[in-house]
Amino acid sequence: MSRPGVELLYWDGCPSHPEALAELRAALADLGRDDVEVAVRRVEDDGQARAEGFVGSPTIRVDGADAFPPDPAEPPALTCRIYRLADGRYSPTPDPAALRASLARLLSAR
Amino acid sequence: MPLALDDPVPAFTLPDTDGQPVPLTGDDATATVVVFTCNHCPYALAWHDRINDVARDYADRGVRLLQVNPNDAARHPRDSLDAMRARVARGEFAGPYLHDESQGVARAYGAQTTPDVFVVGPDGRLAYRGAPDADHGDPTLGAEWLRDALDDVLAGRPVRRPETRPVGCSVKWRP
Repeated sequence: MSRPGVELLYWDGCPSHPEALAELRAALADLGRDDVEVAVRRVEDDGQARAEGFVGSPTIRVDGADAFPPDPAEPPALTCRIYRLADGRYSPTPDPAALRASLARLLSAR
Repeated sequence: MPLALDDPVPAFTLPDTDGQPVPLTGDDATATVVVFTCNHCPYALAWHDRINDVARDYADRGVRLLQVNPNDAARHPRDSLDAMRARVARGEFAGPYLHDESQGVARAYGAQTTPDVFVVGPDGRLAYRGAPDADHGDPTLGAEWLRDALDDVLAGRPVRRPETRPVGCSVKWRP
């Protein structure tokens, strides 16, 4: 079986990607999947955002599946993505426990 | 030329969500806070309640707090005037929410992010510029950097921490 393709897509106009990457790697480590490499890709312009279906920074995908699927009506954009923490607070990065759960589901589905 | 500490700040008048003109200065404001903010940014949303608590907590001490949305709504529809009106109608703002459609005020202040906080003393000069507090993710901080700046301005003493790095989403300038 091939290794899963875990990606973090980000846009420079949003400062959350270093924190998101650290939390993504921590989540993979918690799941015992330190072997999974994370491809970090920068989205540079509106055209690339449209081509990638990028709805905001950061976006985390496993084999192309968004760890937090956005509303289908959400337009591609160079923007910061809004996440909610478990207690309802707004956050520029995903809730760590929700990220672990989503990664576990997506990785086990391969 | 970027706005520097102790510079006189540019005067402005901007419309609120009802189209009513709101000036920077009030007749008897002891200090004025200008916060560039918006609807679509998770940093602005994370700090929003803390900033509005400051507006409520300092209102009886004559502090005026204006929140200004400078973003290009054509590319970021969540920052449209209609979306601003909806938030005001839901009671999310403790003071005026102003629309900087031309982005002229944001440019004059050198706003970089949402949020980006400017405190203006009673002399009309910039007394503080930066983030509300050290961590968007920690509500217990309570916008302490902003509160410290206001306490110092109201006490007539130098602001202990007059400048911090604004943190948030970049202002969405028109192309």
